[in-house]
Amino acid sequence: MTTPQSLIQSEYKYGFTTDVEQEVVPKGLNEETIRLISRKKNEPEFMLDWRLKAYRHWLKLERQEPTWANVHYPTIDFQDIIYYAAPVSPSEGPQSLDEVDPEILRAFDKLGIPLEEQSRLAGVAIDAVFDSVSVATTYKETLEKQGIIFCSFSEAVQKHPELIRKYLGSVVPYTDNFYATLNSAVFSDGSFAYIPPGVRCPMELMTYFRINQADTGQFERTLIIADKGSYVSYLEGCTAPSRKKNQLHAAVVELIALDDAEIKYSTLQNWFPGDADGVGGVFNFVTKRGKALGRRSKISWTQVETGSAITWKYPSVILQGDDSVGEFYSVALVNNYQQADTGTKMLHIGKNTKSTIVSKGISAGRGNNTYRGLVKILPGAAGAQNYTQCDSLLIGDQCGAHTVPYIEVRNPTARVEHEASTSKVSDDQLFYCMQRGISAEDAHFMIINGFCKEIFNELPWEFAVEASQLLKVSLEGAVG
Amino acid sequence: MSPTATRASDYQAQFEAFESGLSLNGSGWLHQHRKAALARFQELGFPTARRGNEAWKYTNVAPIARGAFTSAANGQEPSVTPADVRRLAPDARGWTRLVFVDGRFAGSLSSPPRNDGVRVANLAEAAATDRDLVERHLTRYAGYDDEAFTALNTAFLRDGAFIGLERGQTIDDAVHLVFVATGREATAANPRVLIVAREESRATIVESYVSLGDAARFTNAVTEIALEPGATVDHYRLALESPATYHVGLTRASLGRDATLTSASITLGAALVRHDLGVSLDGPGASCRLNGLYATRDRQHVDNHTFIDHASPHTTSRQYYKGVVDGESRAVFSGRVLVRPGAQHADAQQANRNLVLSQGAEVDTKPSLEIFADDVRCSHGATAGHLDEDAVFYLRSRGLDEDMARGVLVRGFVQEIIDTIGLNAVRAFTTRLFAASLAGA
Amino acid sequence: MLEIRNLHVAIGGTEILKGVDLTVNAGEVHAIMGPNGSGKSTLTNVLAGNPAYQVTAGEVRYQGADLLAMPPEIRAREGLFLAFQYPVELPGVRNREFLRTAVNAIRQHRSLDPMELKDFNKLLQEKIKLMKMDSSLVKRSVNEGFSGGEKKRNEMLQMAVLEPRLALLDETDSGLDIDALKTVAEGVNQLKRPDNAIVIVTHYQRMLNYIIPDFVHVLIDGRIVRSGGRELALELESQGYEGIRGDVAATAGAEAGG
Repeated sequence: MTTPQSLIQSEYKYGFTTDVEQEVVPKGLNEETIRLISRKKNEPEFMLDWRLKAYRHWLKLERQEPTWANVHYPTIDFQDIIYYAAPVSPSEGPQSLDEVDPEILRAFDKLGIPLEEQSRLAGVAIDAVFDSVSVATTYKETLEKQGIIFCSFSEAVQKHPELIRKYLGSVVPYTDNFYATLNSAVFSDGSFAYIPPGVRCPMELMTYFRINQADTGQFERTLIIADKGSYVSYLEGCTAPSRKKNQLHAAVVELIALDDAEIKYSTLQNWFPGDADGVGGVFNFVTKRGKALGRRSKISWTQVETGSAITWKYPSVILQGDDSVGEFYSVALVNNYQQADTGTKMLHIGKNTKSTIVSKGISAGRGNNTYRGLVKILPGAAGAQNYTQCDSLLIGDQCGAHTVPYIEVRNPTARVEHEASTSKVSDDQLFYCMQRGISAEDAHFMIINGFCKEIFNELPWEFAVEASQLLKVSLEGAVG
Repeated sequence: MSPTATRASDYQAQFEAFESGLSLNGSGWLHQHRKAALARFQELGFPTARRGNEAWKYTNVAPIARGAFTSAANGQEPSVTPADVRRLAPDARGWTRLVFVDGRFAGSLSSPPRNDGVRVANLAEAAATDRDLVERHLTRYAGYDDEAFTALNTAFLRDGAFIGLERGQTIDDAVHLVFVATGREATAANPRVLIVAREESRATIVESYVSLGDAARFTNAVTEIALEPGATVDHYRLALESPATYHVGLTRASLGRDATLTSASITLGAALVRHDLGVSLDGPGASCRLNGLYATRDRQHVDNHTFIDHASPHTTSRQYYKGVVDGESRAVFSGRVLVRPGAQHADAQQANRNLVLSQGAEVDTKPSLEIFADDVRCSHGATAGHLDEDAVFYLRSRGLDEDMARGVLVRGFVQEIIDTIGLNAVRAFTTRLFAASLAGA
Repeated sequence: MLEIRNLHVAIGGTEILKGVDLTVNAGEVHAIMGPNGSGKSTLTNVLAGNPAYQVTAGEVRYQGADLLAMPPEIRAREGLFLAFQYPVELPGVRNREFLRTAVNAIRQHRSLDPMELKDFNKLLQEKIKLMKMDSSLVKRSVNEGFSGGEKKRNEMLQMAVLEPRLALLDETDSGLDIDALKTVAEGVNQLKRPDNAIVIVTHYQRMLNYIIPDFVHVLIDGRIVRSGGRELALELESQGYEGIRGDVAATAGAEAGG
């Protein structure tokens, strides 16, 4: 049981920094920065062209960041950011773990993500991304035997340019929104996965994102393609050092599911949330979208968002194939001065498409949590169905919980249902637990954990345990 | 790029003409408001669905801006008969009635003014005769700083209804305000209603917006309701104008301690109806119940916005809006519930349910909760769907043909709201209207 | 074990208990009977420390200590158990985890190491058998979607696992059919020991056919108006509370008159 002593000591436990030799491009953003990034990655011409198109479009946006979200932060100086930072390595990239700086391996060890062959996690293939680049990918050979490609985005550009060319920007075009446009211009690395037709990926694929270098922005890009009849479960974890200065993370994730394919995408987002006074922390401005392109395809997002000073994120599904399915399961927790504006968009285009949204928001301290979601049924989406449930829990009277759903229905055979509730942990529940000898604090955790159970159940087992722990750590001091 | 702004400035000349016809005896204070509101309107322009303008995201008022509607000229005799009024709007013995034709007070069609603890009068007169009360309350709840249409209404404010209830006064029979739009093309009316219910008073008020003829019209109505502690007001609002009418309405209510507002907003008519209903629960124990019903067809557009501000502890709100959307029409619901910091024990429920009957119809619904207090019970729900096919089959198995079966189910859907209408005459009238309107559904 | 003196309790300013005196010793079974609204549940809730109730006067000593000064979880860890009249649902909180957390919290309070998972599971199985419960219930969320009878049985299971020194059974018989009532009573009887005590709060005497009380108290309008042996319960059964109320009024009148 947690004692008051351990409460005081517990802090963001991923806040350490790693001392490695880094290659860093100077701060600031211009065409030359982009050419430099592209050159460093030895990219083919089409990639540079795409980046430059994105950059020129971004310039046209004239720093018009989206303002509709319920988040407040000082203006970001986009010239005060390092757009590329990579550990120095002998060749263009580490070819084996021997070439990776041992400090980095130690850092990942410390994060609970051992990369060495003898100690690596069983059943999970990991792509480890350190600042701007992928440093190692485990189990590559095992996966290759089944035709599964799982590698860094940079490697995919070199080895599978035809897939990149075909799918890059096909779900999130470079014109999509301010941050997606910025990402398209400057993204440095990320993960790539391709599951061939009929293959059920035998293990979880995981990318672990680690920001280390100060003043860097992290702009990774993930692309996952599930070919006909395939299945993949993909996990994503993120942490960053505790720094007084805010750091920008503007990622893009694109998922494509062809006929009968299924992608399950889970995130544990634990970027540094800032300290108890709201100083520092990551600005997490992320565009995640899946296209359920094929008939009977399925895309499912599960996210547990406990970190970041500000979260701006709407993992969405375009339900294009007839009978396709989209799901969004989310726990978002804010404490201290954190702000989260998160939710999803379900765009029903195909016939008999179905979507489910379950969102659990927890607000504590002086945090503000907004669920924002769109369910749109287009005229051709006959028989489309959506069910949405959003529950919010408030802990303390200084925080806020907001629910802003948009429902747009343009087909008479569709059925859309939305329900939401906001409450606090009930006194009756607390008293019941305490009458059984459980402390007020533990009773709170127990009830809050129960509140999130539906979402945790969607996570792979190890992740569910981790998520529950994260929740507890993030809430310490807020309850009891 | 701002054609609408140009239009807004066009209102200058109109205002000058309007101004010349006013008598400012004893109401100079009001004219200051008019001028300030006009200036504000010219700054704001008509709202557009530009990015970030959430309040007008789903409703395009360009036809109003383009329409060059002008206020009815002075001194024209109303061509409306008492029989027209009785036919177009609900009626019952004992009601006190004020009738306005094209925005102008029609004394000959109205009951005589009352002053028996219950004051019912033309607002234009009350601005002078009841100056203290009117000046204290008018524009206080429906300010013109942010709302362009309210600014426009205030700039052209002349006739309207003033209802003042003394402390503890109860009127058993309803006060009925009838706003008739007649056949003259491109006419605008800017009617204004001010209701002040002192402590522990009680009243029932019906606002009916109706038309004679099919001319394109623009009604821009604003109602302000002040409920002092313990006051109770039942408020009905019926928007039943002709299919060529554009109707923008805004109702604002402020409720003191333990005050109660019940509102029913019934919408059937007009090409475009936008109604903003804002209720501020300012005193502890204040509560409101807002019901709404709409049926749209053809290319109609109906947009209901509600905003409930739980500004005090122990406040309660209930909202239930239902609609049947047919043809190529579009129904919008945007309901916002705010629980302010410190407004503990707020209890809010909100629901919007829609029946979409045809390909081409559209429903946009956006219920939202913004909660800043932890000891609250708040929930909302929204649905859009079609008739339950099992129910249709069930009725057919009992011998009804398909159209009859659907009709029965649609009427059942709206009946739930109609049943909440406490005032017999309004309930009966609404039942008849919806039965006729949904007959083809 | 428990000594209540002149206990006055209010909820939101309304006085519910108006001076209750009661002594319960180890090894005893007490029944507190009374009509609806007499303050029975108020008494059990106050003893368990429900913050919704305010003690306005009086004193309660439990095992020699000031019970009212203890927060609810400490009372529980000191062996006071309340079987709720309306057990609370805890969505997403699994019964088994809930009980294990409770067991270990109590053990820690008594400076014992947490129970090994294996031992806990064994204990749980044993008690499930004792209460003749469907073992799938412990895998479900606490009380969520349980029938009324299942909830009451679940309370008894918790009691069996936590082995309290003083058990307060608040209307545990309501909502149980006769078979379930017998099972629950059997379970309770097996938990009876010379070093613990049981207080049964009930409207009806039928449960007392299966759990024989040593003392019966009648609570009416916030006061214990009569105390006696088991025969008092039978008297209540035949005469009803109205009979007792009449007696009490008559006695009070006689006293006033004398």
